[in-house]
Amino acid sequence: MSHRLRVNPIACEAHGMCAELLPERIALDEWGYPVLDGQQLDGELLEHARRAARACPTFALLLERERPPAR
Amino acid sequence: MSTQLAYAPAPSAVAPPAGLPRLLTGIAAHAAMSLEHHEAVHGPLPLTGGRRPALAFDLVEELDRAGLRGRGGAGFPTAAKLRAVAAAGGRPVVLANVGEGEPASRKDRTLARMLPHLVLDGAELAARALGARELIVAVCETARTGADTLALAISERERRHRGAPRTRLLGVPDRFVASQESALVSLANGAPALPAFTPPRPFERGVGGHPTLVANAETLAHVALIARHGASWFRELGSPAEPGSALVTLSGPVARPGVYEIARGGSLSGLMQAAGGLTLPAAGVLLGGYGGAWIAGAHLESLRLSDERLAPFGASLGAGVVAVLSAHACPVRELARLTRWLAGQSAGQCGPCVHGLDALAGGFEAIAAGAPRGNGEQRMRQLAALVRARGACAHPDGVARMALSALAAFPTELAEHARHGPCERCARSPELPLARA
Repeated sequence: MSHRLRVNPIACEAHGMCAELLPERIALDEWGYPVLDGQQLDGELLEHARRAARACPTFALLLERERPPAR
Repeated sequence: MSTQLAYAPAPSAVAPPAGLPRLLTGIAAHAAMSLEHHEAVHGPLPLTGGRRPALAFDLVEELDRAGLRGRGGAGFPTAAKLRAVAAAGGRPVVLANVGEGEPASRKDRTLARMLPHLVLDGAELAARALGARELIVAVCETARTGADTLALAISERERRHRGAPRTRLLGVPDRFVASQESALVSLANGAPALPAFTPPRPFERGVGGHPTLVANAETLAHVALIARHGASWFRELGSPAEPGSALVTLSGPVARPGVYEIARGGSLSGLMQAAGGLTLPAAGVLLGGYGGAWIAGAHLESLRLSDERLAPFGASLGAGVVAVLSAHACPVRELARLTRWLAGQSAGQCGPCVHGLDALAGGFEAIAAGAPRGNGEQRMRQLAALVRARGACAHPDGVARMALSALAAFPTELAEHARHGPCERCARSPELPLARA
Protein backbone atom coordinates (compact mmCIF):
# COMPACT_ATOMS: atom_id res chain seq x y z
CA MET A 1 0.00 0.00 0.00
CA SER A 2 1.57 3.26 -1.07
CA HIS A 3 0.80 6.69 0.33
CA ARG A 4 0.87 10.19 -1.06
CA LEU A 5 0.43 13.65 0.45
CA ARG A 6 -2.10 16.17 -0.79
CA VAL A 7 -2.82 19.74 0.30
CA ASN A 8 -6.32 21.14 0.59
CA PRO A 9 -5.47 24.61 -0.75
CA ILE A 10 -8.68 26.10 0.65
CA ALA A 11 -7.86 25.02 4.20
CA CYS A 12 -4.12 25.77 4.06
CA GLU A 13 -3.12 28.99 5.84
CA ALA A 14 0.63 28.80 5.29
CA HIS A 15 1.63 27.92 8.85
CA GLY A 16 4.56 25.98 7.37
CA MET A 17 4.65 23.21 9.97
CA CYS A 18 4.65 20.57 7.23
CA ALA A 19 7.83 21.84 5.57
CA GLU A 20 9.45 21.97 9.00
CA LEU A 21 8.59 18.32 9.68
CA LEU A 22 9.09 16.87 6.19
CA PRO A 23 11.67 19.01 4.37
CA GLU A 24 12.61 15.97 2.23
CA ARG A 25 9.29 16.26 0.39
CA ILE A 26 7.79 19.64 1.16
CA ALA A 27 9.17 23.07 0.28
CA LEU A 28 7.52 26.43 0.86
CA ASP A 29 6.84 28.86 -1.96
CA GLU A 30 7.66 32.56 -1.70
CA TRP A 31 4.36 33.18 0.12
CA GLY A 32 4.83 30.35 2.62
CA TYR A 33 2.47 27.80 1.03
CA PRO A 34 3.68 24.19 0.71
CA VAL A 35 4.90 22.80 -2.61
CA LEU A 36 4.78 18.99 -2.63
CA ASP A 37 6.99 16.82 -4.80
CA GLY A 38 4.15 14.37 -5.47
CA GLN A 39 6.30 11.29 -4.83
CA GLN A 40 5.11 8.19 -3.00
CA LEU A 41 6.04 7.84 0.63
CA ASP A 42 7.24 4.76 2.45
CA GLY A 43 9.39 3.60 5.34
CA GLU A 44 10.74 6.23 7.65
CA LEU A 45 9.50 9.13 5.54
CA LEU A 46 5.96 7.81 5.88
CA GLU A 47 6.23 8.20 9.64
CA HIS A 48 7.44 11.79 9.25
CA ALA A 49 4.61 12.43 6.80
CA ARG A 50 2.06 11.14 9.33
CA ARG A 51 3.49 13.45 11.95
CA ALA A 52 3.42 16.40 9.53
CA ALA A 53 -0.23 15.74 8.64
CA ARG A 54 -1.17 15.53 12.33
CA ALA A 55 0.73 18.73 13.10
CA CYS A 56 -1.09 20.88 10.53
CA PRO A 57 -3.16 23.41 12.51
CA THR A 58 -5.87 23.59 9.82
CA PHE A 59 -5.87 19.87 8.84
CA ALA A 60 -4.97 20.93 5.32
CA LEU A 61 -2.27 18.29 4.80
CA LEU A 62 -3.80 14.96 3.89
CA LEU A 63 -1.97 11.66 3.82
CA GLU A 64 -3.88 9.47 1.42
CA ARG A 65 -3.61 5.85 0.48
CA GLU A 66 -3.19 5.45 -3.26
CA ARG A 67 -6.40 4.29 -4.84
CA PRO A 68 -7.18 3.52 -8.44
CA PRO A 69 -8.53 6.56 -10.30
CA ALA A 70 -12.31 6.97 -10.05
CA ARG A 71 -12.74 6.86 -13.80
CA MET B 1 -35.16 -2.06 -20.71
CA SER B 2 -32.05 -4.03 -21.56
CA THR B 3 -33.05 -4.41 -25.20
CA GLN B 4 -30.53 -2.53 -27.30
CA LEU B 5 -32.60 -0.67 -29.85
CA ALA B 6 -30.98 0.65 -32.95
CA TYR B 7 -31.37 4.37 -33.29
CA ALA B 8 -34.80 5.17 -34.68
CA PRO B 9 -36.02 8.73 -34.94
CA ALA B 10 -39.62 9.40 -34.01
CA PRO B 11 -41.97 8.93 -37.00
CA SER B 12 -43.03 12.58 -36.93
CA ALA B 13 -39.45 13.83 -36.86
CA VAL B 14 -38.54 16.82 -38.95
CA ALA B 15 -35.74 16.34 -41.49
CA PRO B 16 -32.37 17.09 -39.87
CA PRO B 17 -30.62 20.30 -40.89
CA ALA B 18 -28.10 19.70 -43.65
CA GLY B 19 -24.90 21.67 -43.09
CA LEU B 20 -25.07 24.82 -40.98
CA PRO B 21 -26.74 26.17 -38.94
CA ARG B 22 -27.82 23.39 -36.63
CA LEU B 23 -28.37 24.79 -33.16
CA LEU B 24 -29.09 28.26 -34.47
CA THR B 25 -31.71 27.09 -37.01
CA GLY B 26 -34.70 29.43 -36.99
CA ILE B 27 -33.22 31.82 -34.43
CA ALA B 28 -35.00 35.18 -34.46
CA ALA B 29 -33.35 38.49 -33.77
CA HIS B 30 -35.39 39.63 -30.78
CA ALA B 31 -37.72 36.94 -29.52
CA ALA B 32 -37.36 33.58 -27.82
CA MET B 33 -38.55 30.57 -29.79
CA SER B 34 -41.78 29.21 -28.32
CA LEU B 35 -42.21 25.50 -27.60
CA GLU B 36 -44.61 25.19 -30.51
CA HIS B 37 -42.21 26.88 -32.94
CA HIS B 38 -39.29 24.89 -31.53
CA GLU B 39 -41.10 21.60 -32.19
CA ALA B 40 -42.03 22.75 -35.68
CA VAL B 41 -38.35 23.43 -36.41
CA HIS B 42 -36.75 20.42 -34.73
CA GLY B 43 -39.60 17.95 -34.21
CA PRO B 44 -40.90 16.73 -30.85
CA LEU B 45 -38.72 15.16 -28.18
CA PRO B 46 -37.85 11.62 -29.30
CA LEU B 47 -39.92 9.83 -26.64
CA THR B 48 -42.32 6.90 -26.84
CA GLY B 49 -45.99 7.86 -26.82
CA GLY B 50 -48.57 6.72 -24.29
CA ARG B 51 -49.19 7.63 -20.70
CA ARG B 52 -45.61 7.25 -19.57
CA PRO B 53 -43.38 8.64 -22.31
CA ALA B 54 -39.85 7.29 -22.20
CA LEU B 55 -36.63 7.26 -24.17
CA ALA B 56 -36.83 4.57 -26.83
CA PHE B 57 -33.07 4.30 -27.34
CA ASP B 58 -29.86 4.37 -25.34
CA LEU B 59 -28.96 8.06 -25.15
CA VAL B 60 -25.53 7.45 -23.61
CA GLU B 61 -24.58 5.01 -26.39
CA GLU B 62 -25.71 7.52 -28.99
CA LEU B 63 -23.68 10.34 -27.39
CA ASP B 64 -20.69 8.03 -27.23
CA ARG B 65 -20.95 7.25 -30.95
CA ALA B 66 -21.44 10.94 -31.67
CA GLY B 67 -18.20 11.75 -29.83
CA LEU B 68 -19.78 14.79 -28.16
CA ARG B 69 -17.50 16.63 -25.75
CA GLY B 70 -18.44 19.28 -23.20
CA ARG B 71 -18.58 22.86 -24.49
CA GLY B 72 -18.02 24.68 -21.22
CA GLY B 73 -14.24 24.71 -21.62
CA ALA B 74 -12.87 21.43 -20.28
CA GLY B 75 -13.99 19.29 -23.24
CA PHE B 76 -14.70 16.12 -21.29
CA PRO B 77 -16.58 13.40 -23.25
CA THR B 78 -20.28 13.79 -22.44
CA ALA B 79 -21.12 10.07 -22.58
CA ALA B 80 -18.35 9.27 -20.07
CA LYS B 81 -19.71 11.93 -17.74
CA LEU B 82 -23.22 10.45 -17.90
CA ARG B 83 -21.83 6.97 -17.30
CA ALA B 84 -19.87 8.14 -14.26
CA VAL B 85 -23.00 9.71 -12.78
CA ALA B 86 -25.07 6.58 -13.49
CA ALA B 87 -22.38 4.34 -11.96
CA ALA B 88 -22.21 6.38 -8.76
CA GLY B 89 -25.56 4.90 -7.68
CA GLY B 90 -28.68 6.47 -6.27
CA ARG B 91 -30.96 8.88 -8.09
CA PRO B 92 -28.89 11.66 -9.57
CA VAL B 93 -29.48 15.35 -10.12
CA VAL B 94 -28.94 17.05 -13.47
CA LEU B 95 -27.62 20.61 -13.38
CA ALA B 96 -27.73 22.57 -16.63
CA ASN B 97 -24.98 25.18 -16.52
CA VAL B 98 -26.02 28.46 -18.16
CA GLY B 99 -23.81 30.44 -15.74
CA GLU B 100 -21.37 31.54 -18.44
CA GLY B 101 -18.80 33.30 -16.24
CA GLU B 102 -16.59 34.11 -19.25
CA PRO B 103 -17.10 37.83 -19.95
CA ALA B 104 -16.19 37.44 -23.62
CA SER B 105 -18.65 34.57 -24.12
CA ARG B 106 -22.29 35.08 -25.00
CA LYS B 107 -23.20 31.76 -26.56
CA ASP B 108 -24.85 30.14 -23.54
CA ARG B 109 -26.99 33.16 -22.69
CA THR B 110 -27.89 33.47 -26.37
CA LEU B 111 -29.19 29.92 -26.23
CA ALA B 112 -31.06 30.67 -22.99
CA ARG B 113 -32.61 33.85 -24.35
CA MET B 114 -33.41 32.79 -27.87
CA LEU B 115 -33.54 28.99 -27.93
CA PRO B 116 -34.39 27.93 -24.36
CA HIS B 117 -36.16 24.74 -25.41
CA LEU B 118 -33.06 23.40 -27.12
CA VAL B 119 -31.17 23.57 -23.81
CA LEU B 120 -34.15 22.28 -21.81
CA ASP B 121 -34.67 19.40 -24.27
CA GLY B 122 -31.08 18.24 -23.77
CA ALA B 123 -31.38 18.63 -20.00
CA GLU B 124 -34.67 16.72 -19.93
CA LEU B 125 -33.26 13.92 -22.11
CA ALA B 126 -30.18 13.57 -19.89
CA ALA B 127 -32.39 13.62 -16.80
CA ARG B 128 -34.68 10.94 -18.24
CA ALA B 129 -31.75 8.78 -19.32
CA LEU B 130 -30.31 8.95 -15.79
CA GLY B 131 -33.65 8.66 -14.00
CA ALA B 132 -32.79 11.94 -12.29
CA ARG B 133 -34.75 13.13 -9.28
CA GLU B 134 -34.41 16.80 -10.14
CA LEU B 135 -33.31 19.14 -12.89
CA ILE B 136 -31.65 22.41 -11.92
CA VAL B 137 -31.03 25.17 -14.46
CA ALA B 138 -28.26 27.49 -13.24
CA VAL B 139 -28.34 30.86 -14.94
CA CYS B 140 -26.36 34.04 -14.33
CA GLU B 141 -28.30 36.61 -12.29
CA THR B 142 -27.32 39.49 -14.54
CA ALA B 143 -28.39 37.74 -17.73
CA ARG B 144 -31.90 38.85 -16.75
CA THR B 145 -33.74 38.10 -19.92
CA GLY B 146 -32.09 34.70 -20.03
CA ALA B 147 -33.45 33.78 -16.61
CA ASP B 148 -36.92 35.14 -17.46
CA THR B 149 -37.02 33.32 -20.77
CA LEU B 150 -35.95 30.07 -19.16
CA ALA B 151 -38.59 30.42 -16.43
CA LEU B 152 -41.28 30.93 -19.08
CA ALA B 153 -40.00 28.04 -21.14
CA ILE B 154 -39.99 25.73 -18.11
CA SER B 155 -43.64 26.56 -17.38
CA GLU B 156 -44.53 26.05 -21.07
CA ARG B 157 -43.12 22.55 -20.85
CA GLU B 158 -44.69 21.57 -17.55
CA ARG B 159 -48.09 21.19 -19.17
CA ARG B 160 -46.72 19.18 -22.07
CA HIS B 161 -44.04 16.83 -20.88
CA ARG B 162 -45.42 14.13 -18.64
CA GLY B 163 -42.93 12.29 -16.53
CA ALA B 164 -40.29 14.99 -16.90
CA PRO B 165 -38.30 15.63 -13.73
CA ARG B 166 -39.11 18.55 -11.47
CA THR B 167 -37.23 21.60 -12.74
CA ARG B 168 -36.05 24.70 -10.87
CA LEU B 169 -33.98 27.76 -11.71
CA LEU B 170 -30.89 28.65 -9.72
CA GLY B 171 -29.52 32.22 -9.91
CA VAL B 172 -25.72 32.30 -10.19
CA PRO B 173 -23.73 35.38 -9.06
CA ASP B 174 -21.85 37.25 -11.75
CA ARG B 175 -18.37 36.02 -10.99
CA PHE B 176 -15.80 34.21 -13.11
CA VAL B 177 -15.42 31.13 -10.88
CA ALA B 178 -19.09 30.93 -9.78
CA SER B 179 -20.08 28.75 -12.72
CA GLN B 180 -17.27 26.26 -12.09
CA GLU B 181 -19.03 22.92 -11.45
CA SER B 182 -18.21 22.42 -7.76
CA ALA B 183 -19.15 26.08 -7.11
CA LEU B 184 -22.57 25.48 -8.69
CA VAL B 185 -23.07 22.41 -6.54
CA SER B 186 -22.20 24.46 -3.43
CA LEU B 187 -24.69 27.11 -4.50
CA ALA B 188 -27.44 24.55 -5.11
CA ASN B 189 -26.74 23.21 -1.62
CA GLY B 190 -27.36 26.63 -0.10
CA ALA B 191 -23.70 27.60 0.36
CA PRO B 192 -21.83 30.43 -1.43
CA ALA B 193 -20.93 29.77 -5.08
CA LEU B 194 -17.28 28.99 -4.41
CA PRO B 195 -15.21 26.14 -5.84
CA ALA B 196 -14.82 23.22 -3.44
CA PHE B 197 -11.91 20.96 -2.62
CA THR B 198 -12.36 17.79 -4.69
CA PRO B 199 -12.69 14.81 -4.71
CA PRO B 200 -15.45 13.95 -4.12
CA ARG B 201 -16.33 15.37 -7.53
CA PRO B 202 -19.94 16.36 -8.30
CA PHE B 203 -20.52 13.12 -10.25
CA GLU B 204 -19.77 11.19 -7.03
CA ARG B 205 -21.41 13.47 -4.48
CA GLY B 206 -23.10 16.67 -5.59
CA VAL B 207 -26.42 18.42 -4.98
CA GLY B 208 -28.01 17.10 -1.76
CA GLY B 209 -25.22 14.50 -1.62
CA HIS B 210 -26.55 12.85 -4.80
CA PRO B 211 -24.43 12.13 -7.88
CA THR B 212 -24.79 15.20 -10.08
CA LEU B 213 -24.35 15.71 -13.80
CA VAL B 214 -23.19 19.27 -14.45
CA ALA B 215 -23.48 19.97 -18.17
CA ASN B 216 -22.95 23.16 -20.14
CA ALA B 217 -25.91 24.73 -21.96
CA GLU B 218 -24.43 24.31 -25.45
CA THR B 219 -23.52 20.69 -24.71
CA LEU B 220 -27.16 20.03 -23.79
CA ALA B 221 -28.37 21.76 -26.95
CA HIS B 222 -26.25 19.32 -28.98
CA VAL B 223 -27.72 16.44 -26.95
CA ALA B 224 -31.20 17.62 -28.02
CA LEU B 225 -30.27 17.32 -31.70
CA ILE B 226 -28.18 14.13 -31.46
CA ALA B 227 -31.15 12.44 -29.74
CA ARG B 228 -33.37 13.43 -32.68
CA HIS B 229 -31.08 12.87 -35.64
CA GLY B 230 -28.48 10.39 -34.42
CA ALA B 231 -24.72 10.18 -34.05
CA SER B 232 -23.95 9.74 -37.77
CA TRP B 233 -25.77 12.97 -38.58
CA PHE B 234 -23.78 14.75 -35.85
CA ARG B 235 -20.53 13.48 -37.36
CA GLU B 236 -21.34 14.84 -40.83
CA LEU B 237 -19.67 18.09 -39.76
CA GLY B 238 -16.21 18.47 -38.27
CA SER B 239 -13.52 15.79 -38.30
CA PRO B 240 -13.55 12.22 -36.94
CA ALA B 241 -11.56 13.38 -33.89
CA GLU B 242 -13.56 16.58 -33.39
CA PRO B 243 -17.03 16.03 -34.80
CA GLY B 244 -20.00 18.34 -34.98
CA SER B 245 -20.61 22.04 -34.93
CA ALA B 246 -19.71 24.56 -32.23
CA LEU B 247 -20.93 27.93 -31.07
CA VAL B 248 -18.29 30.63 -30.87
CA THR B 249 -18.45 34.20 -29.58
CA LEU B 250 -16.49 36.45 -31.90
CA SER B 251 -15.51 39.86 -30.50
CA GLY B 252 -13.12 42.60 -31.52
CA PRO B 253 -12.57 44.57 -34.75
CA VAL B 254 -15.04 42.78 -37.03
CA ALA B 255 -18.06 44.31 -38.73
CA ARG B 256 -20.60 42.08 -36.94
CA PRO B 257 -19.28 40.63 -33.67
CA GLY B 258 -21.52 38.05 -32.03
CA VAL B 259 -22.36 34.36 -31.65
CA TYR B 260 -21.73 32.15 -34.69
CA GLU B 261 -22.10 28.45 -35.35
CA ILE B 262 -19.15 26.85 -37.12
CA ALA B 263 -18.14 23.35 -38.13
CA ARG B 264 -15.39 22.27 -35.76
CA GLY B 265 -12.10 22.68 -37.59
CA GLY B 266 -13.44 25.53 -39.73
CA SER B 267 -11.05 28.35 -40.59
CA LEU B 268 -10.82 31.52 -38.51
CA SER B 269 -10.74 33.57 -41.72
CA GLY B 270 -14.05 31.97 -42.78
CA LEU B 271 -15.57 32.92 -39.45
CA MET B 272 -14.30 36.48 -39.75
CA GLN B 273 -15.68 36.70 -43.29
CA ALA B 274 -19.08 35.59 -42.02
CA ALA B 275 -18.84 38.45 -39.53
CA GLY B 276 -18.23 40.97 -42.30
CA GLY B 277 -14.45 40.92 -42.10
CA LEU B 278 -11.90 42.81 -40.05
CA THR B 279 -12.39 46.56 -39.64
CA LEU B 280 -8.81 47.00 -38.38
CA PRO B 281 -5.71 44.79 -38.67
CA ALA B 282 -5.50 42.18 -35.88
CA ALA B 283 -2.64 42.11 -33.35
CA GLY B 284 -3.69 38.69 -32.10
CA VAL B 285 -6.55 36.55 -30.86
CA LEU B 286 -7.34 35.12 -27.44
CA LEU B 287 -8.89 31.70 -27.97
CA GLY B 288 -11.05 29.49 -25.77
CA GLY B 289 -11.67 31.91 -22.93
CA TYR B 290 -9.84 34.38 -20.76
CA GLY B 291 -7.99 31.40 -19.31
CA GLY B 292 -7.20 30.34 -22.86
CA ALA B 293 -4.27 31.17 -25.10
CA TRP B 294 -3.09 34.05 -27.29
CA ILE B 295 -2.09 33.57 -30.89
CA ALA B 296 -0.24 36.34 -32.73
CA GLY B 297 -1.86 38.13 -35.65
CA ALA B 298 0.61 36.70 -38.18
CA HIS B 299 -0.94 33.22 -37.76
CA LEU B 300 -4.59 34.21 -38.06
CA GLU B 301 -4.89 33.88 -41.84
CA SER B 302 -4.11 30.15 -41.78
CA LEU B 303 -5.65 29.27 -38.41
CA ARG B 304 -8.21 26.47 -38.17
CA LEU B 305 -10.49 26.24 -35.16
CA SER B 306 -9.76 22.63 -34.23
CA ASP B 307 -8.05 21.56 -31.03
CA GLU B 308 -5.56 19.54 -33.07
CA ARG B 309 -4.44 22.61 -35.04
CA LEU B 310 -4.55 24.88 -31.99
CA ALA B 311 -2.54 22.55 -29.73
CA PRO B 312 0.90 23.76 -30.97
CA PHE B 313 -0.08 27.21 -29.62
CA GLY B 314 -1.18 25.72 -26.30
CA ALA B 315 -4.71 26.77 -27.29
CA SER B 316 -8.04 25.00 -27.68
CA LEU B 317 -11.53 26.02 -28.74
CA GLY B 318 -12.54 25.68 -25.07
CA ALA B 319 -15.70 27.65 -24.35
CA GLY B 320 -15.71 29.08 -27.89
CA VAL B 321 -14.30 32.52 -27.12
CA VAL B 322 -12.62 34.11 -30.15
CA ALA B 323 -11.53 37.54 -28.88
CA VAL B 324 -9.65 39.42 -31.58
CA LEU B 325 -7.41 42.26 -30.44
CA SER B 326 -6.86 45.02 -32.99
CA ALA B 327 -3.45 46.40 -33.89
CA HIS B 328 -4.86 49.70 -32.65
CA ALA B 329 -4.59 48.46 -29.03
CA CYS B 330 -1.42 47.88 -27.03
CA PRO B 331 -1.21 44.15 -26.23
CA VAL B 332 0.96 44.76 -23.16
CA ARG B 333 -1.51 47.24 -21.67
CA GLU B 334 -4.36 44.80 -22.44
CA LEU B 335 -2.46 41.93 -20.79
CA ALA B 336 -1.85 43.95 -17.64
CA ARG B 337 -5.49 44.97 -17.46
CA LEU B 338 -6.83 41.46 -18.22
CA THR B 339 -4.52 39.74 -15.74
CA ARG B 340 -5.39 42.25 -13.01
CA TRP B 341 -9.07 41.61 -13.65
CA LEU B 342 -8.57 37.83 -13.56
CA ALA B 343 -6.66 38.16 -10.27
CA GLY B 344 -9.66 40.05 -8.88
CA GLN B 345 -11.94 37.21 -10.01
CA SER B 346 -10.16 34.70 -7.78
CA ALA B 347 -12.53 33.31 -5.17
CA GLY B 348 -9.80 34.23 -2.69
CA GLN B 349 -9.81 30.79 -1.09
CA CYS B 350 -6.40 29.40 -2.04
CA GLY B 351 -3.12 31.11 -1.13
CA PRO B 352 -1.16 30.34 -4.30
CA CYS B 353 -4.03 31.73 -6.45
CA VAL B 354 -4.48 34.89 -4.33
CA HIS B 355 -0.76 35.70 -4.20
CA GLY B 356 0.29 34.21 -7.53
CA LEU B 357 -2.32 35.92 -9.71
CA ASP B 358 -1.65 39.23 -7.97
CA ALA B 359 2.06 38.76 -8.72
CA LEU B 360 1.37 37.80 -12.36
CA ALA B 361 -0.75 40.93 -12.80
CA GLY B 362 1.95 42.98 -11.07
CA GLY B 363 4.52 41.47 -13.43
CA PHE B 364 2.66 42.57 -16.56
CA GLU B 365 2.01 45.99 -14.99
CA ALA B 366 5.72 46.41 -14.25
CA ILE B 367 6.65 45.43 -17.82
CA ALA B 368 4.03 47.82 -19.22
CA ALA B 369 5.47 50.63 -17.10
CA GLY B 370 9.02 49.84 -18.22
CA ALA B 371 10.11 48.88 -14.72
CA PRO B 372 10.28 45.09 -14.39
CA ARG B 373 12.38 43.85 -11.50
CA GLY B 374 15.17 41.77 -13.04
CA ASN B 375 14.21 39.64 -16.02
CA GLY B 376 10.48 40.25 -16.44
CA GLU B 377 9.83 37.29 -18.71
CA GLN B 378 11.72 34.83 -16.54
CA ARG B 379 9.76 36.02 -13.52
CA MET B 380 6.46 35.47 -15.34
CA ARG B 381 7.49 31.89 -16.22
CA GLN B 382 8.42 31.23 -12.61
CA LEU B 383 5.09 32.59 -11.35
CA ALA B 384 3.09 30.62 -13.90
CA ALA B 385 4.77 27.43 -12.72
CA LEU B 386 4.06 28.37 -9.09
CA VAL B 387 0.30 28.74 -9.49
CA ARG B 388 -0.39 25.78 -11.78
CA ALA B 389 -2.36 22.89 -10.19
CA ARG B 390 -2.26 24.55 -6.80
CA GLY B 391 -5.81 25.82 -6.47
CA ALA B 392 -9.07 24.04 -5.69
CA CYS B 393 -10.31 24.94 -9.17
CA ALA B 394 -8.51 25.50 -12.48
CA HIS B 395 -8.71 29.31 -12.40
CA PRO B 396 -4.99 29.82 -11.62
CA ASP B 397 -4.10 27.23 -14.29
CA GLY B 398 -6.05 29.20 -16.88
CA VAL B 399 -4.41 32.51 -15.97
CA ALA B 400 -0.97 30.84 -16.10
CA ARG B 401 -1.73 29.41 -19.55
CA MET B 402 -2.92 32.79 -20.81
CA ALA B 403 0.14 34.58 -19.42
CA LEU B 404 2.62 32.07 -20.89
CA SER B 405 0.95 32.16 -24.30
CA ALA B 406 1.18 35.96 -24.25
CA LEU B 407 4.96 35.74 -23.77
CA ALA B 408 5.13 33.71 -26.99
CA ALA B 409 2.59 35.79 -28.94
CA PHE B 410 3.88 39.30 -28.11
CA PRO B 411 7.64 38.99 -27.44
CA THR B 412 8.62 42.21 -29.25
CA GLU B 413 5.95 44.37 -27.60
CA LEU B 414 6.82 42.99 -24.15
CA ALA B 415 10.57 43.53 -24.64
CA GLU B 416 10.04 47.09 -25.91
CA HIS B 417 7.84 48.00 -22.96
CA ALA B 418 10.27 46.43 -20.48
CA ARG B 419 13.00 48.66 -21.92
CA HIS B 420 11.19 51.89 -22.80
CA GLY B 421 7.92 51.89 -20.85
CA PRO B 422 4.52 52.92 -22.20
CA CYS B 423 4.01 53.26 -25.96
CA GLU B 424 1.68 55.64 -27.77
CA ARG B 425 -0.97 52.91 -28.06
CA CYS B 426 -1.04 52.52 -24.25
CA ALA B 427 -3.15 55.66 -23.86
CA ARG B 428 -5.97 54.36 -26.06
CA SER B 429 -9.11 52.98 -24.46
CA PRO B 430 -8.93 49.25 -23.77
CA GLU B 431 -10.60 46.73 -26.08
CA LEU B 432 -11.09 43.42 -24.27
CA PRO B 433 -14.56 43.31 -22.68
CA LEU B 434 -14.25 42.83 -18.91
CA ALA B 435 -17.45 44.28 -17.44
CA ARG B 436 -20.38 42.11 -18.43
CA ALA B 437 -22.85 43.62 -20.82
